[in-house]
Amino acid sequence: MAEPVLSIRELRKNFGALKATDNVSLDLRPGEIHALIGPNGAGKTTLIHQISGAIRPDSGAIEFLGEDVGALGMAARARKGLGRSFQISSLASEFSALRNVMLAVQAAQGSSFRFFKPVMHDTSLTEPALAVLERVGLAQRARLPAAELSHGERRKLEIAIALALGPKAFLFDEPMAGMGPEGSKDLTGFLDGLRREAPILLVEHDMDAVFALADRISVLVYGRIIATGTVDEIRRDPEVRRAYLGEHA
Amino acid sequence: MTMSRETPINLVLAALLFAMPFAALALDEPFYVTLATHMAVLALAAVGLNLALGLGGLVSFGHAAFFGLGGYAAGILSTHVLNMQPLLTWPLEIGASDQMPVIWLVAIAVSGLVALAIGAISLRTSGVYFIMITLAFAQMIYYFAISWPAYGGEDGLSIATRGAFPGVNTAVPLTFFLVCYAVLVAVLVLFALVRDSRFGAALQASRQNETRLAAVGIGPFPVRLAAFVLSAMITALAGALYADLNRFASPSMLSWQMSGELIVLIILGGTGRLFGPVAGAMLFVLIESVLGGLTERWQFFLGLILLGVVLFARGGLIGLVAGKPRHG
Ligand SMILES: Nc1ncnc2c1ncn2[C@@H]1O[C@H](COP(=O)(O)OP(=O)(O)OP(=O)(O)O)[C@@H](O)[C@H]1O
Ligand SMILES: [Mg+2]
Repeated sequence: MAEPVLSIRELRKNFGALKATDNVSLDLRPGEIHALIGPNGAGKTTLIHQISGAIRPDSGAIEFLGEDVGALGMAARARKGLGRSFQISSLASEFSALRNVMLAVQAAQGSSFRFFKPVMHDTSLTEPALAVLERVGLAQRARLPAAELSHGERRKLEIAIALALGPKAFLFDEPMAGMGPEGSKDLTGFLDGLRREAPILLVEHDMDAVFALADRISVLVYGRIIATGTVDEIRRDPEVRRAYLGEHA
Repeated sequence: MTMSRETPINLVLAALLFAMPFAALALDEPFYVTLATHMAVLALAAVGLNLALGLGGLVSFGHAAFFGLGGYAAGILSTHVLNMQPLLTWPLEIGASDQMPVIWLVAIAVSGLVALAIGAISLRTSGVYFIMITLAFAQMIYYFAISWPAYGGEDGLSIATRGAFPGVNTAVPLTFFLVCYAVLVAVLVLFALVRDSRFGAALQASRQNETRLAAVGIGPFPVRLAAFVLSAMITALAGALYADLNRFASPSMLSWQMSGELIVLIILGGTGRLFGPVAGAMLFVLIESVLGGLTERWQFFLGLILLGVVLFARGGLIGLVAGKPRHG
């Protein structure tokens, strides 16, 4: 089997007495969509935060592309190729959609200490950014400030920014949240193709999307992974049905 | 640079400030030449702060430190020239100079180094802590200056002759105004370039959402530190001109009131706007001289105006006239 792209070992994180991440190990293999599901407050976002470097685990290891990235900050991990989206859209709200994506393009080119050339006339930034907006269907809205986009459009912009980084792995935290059935279906098709570019660790509550997309599923409950397996294995797992899937399976 | 709704008002402000000393001379009111120079120099100082505060959201309450360092650079160089002492004798001998470009370089270099140190520490904090720590550093430098008798202590340093500029006579008030005005215009061009550059994009993103910036792989800290240093250098350049204008480097240039004044200028004019500091400085100096001539309590009225701006016109004068900024 191919080496995993991302590998998490025995990760722990407590908030006071709360075990938000309780001895979690999981990996992300090349080309796969690994879905992370679980009830509200299970610790999914907290786990994504630790992988992306937004918060520090209390203990455990995070290996990315064969390298321990535990000591690196969020920006350094992004530069290594971890592209994430946020459950609650986190954008430069005054900037247009285009400029939000251009920021990612500029970061990917590794060149933020250039002081004189105007970005809006720099086709090495605008063209790739527009191409990415086109891919997610936001090209028509490129010039609008992020704050003026609809909720669904902001969710797409989150994805576009991650895409523009050209990352080696995607971490998506509930990309479908609040997108409506139509939006979710579109996005499901989009993510399906995206796994060929880089594997995806996908946190999602939309079970139709998860069952349609996931190569493997891990179920997180009270900070612990209670099961990992294929869609069928997870659907049949009695413990998973009791803890989470009951209403979905 | 692109035309925006701001451009016409910017041009009007630039023309007004430029015309003011000529009108003053035509009307035989030479005092207003000095007033216009005062506006240009304060505007320049605030353009510096605007880079950190307006673009980067870094509310430095210690920029008087850099303004004063610039002023003292001018004062100290001039003192050495007057006494014919070298500036440094060890490790190598460096002579003093009365040439403005040299004075400016010294002001910029010294303040840049000091800002690097202050920024490296202060920028580890944010919000109120950042405000307080920048204030604390500036106060340290203030007390250092007033307790250093070699350079005037509490009395400050007077400058016997204004710095020279190749090819012109800076002792002529109008000429000195034109030098200051040219520097202001050059720095405004620089500000606009930086704002629209990749660095400017990262800096403005760090103000809007630092998590977003980090998530795309740009660490906010180095971006902020570079902005803080650049910002300090510009304010120091203004300080050098201010001391030359008054022929005096005063410890009050280093005081916290000065830091506050620079923030007030920016808020009055329009935070983060290219000409915000220019509008703010013109208004401020006007209020100071007009109301200050009528009543001792002019600051009370300044307070009222500031209150009005904060409550009803968050974008300051520029925002009032040109609306919200567009970011392309
Ligand atoms: N910074 C924090 N300090 C204290 N407790 C926290 C913090 N962040 C999260 N928690 C708690 O940790 C637990 C896990 O939260 P987390 O946001 O990771 O859940 P989640 O699985 O993403 O939930 P949801 O499906 O609602 O998004 C929750 O009980 C939450 O209240
Ligand atoms: Mg969550």
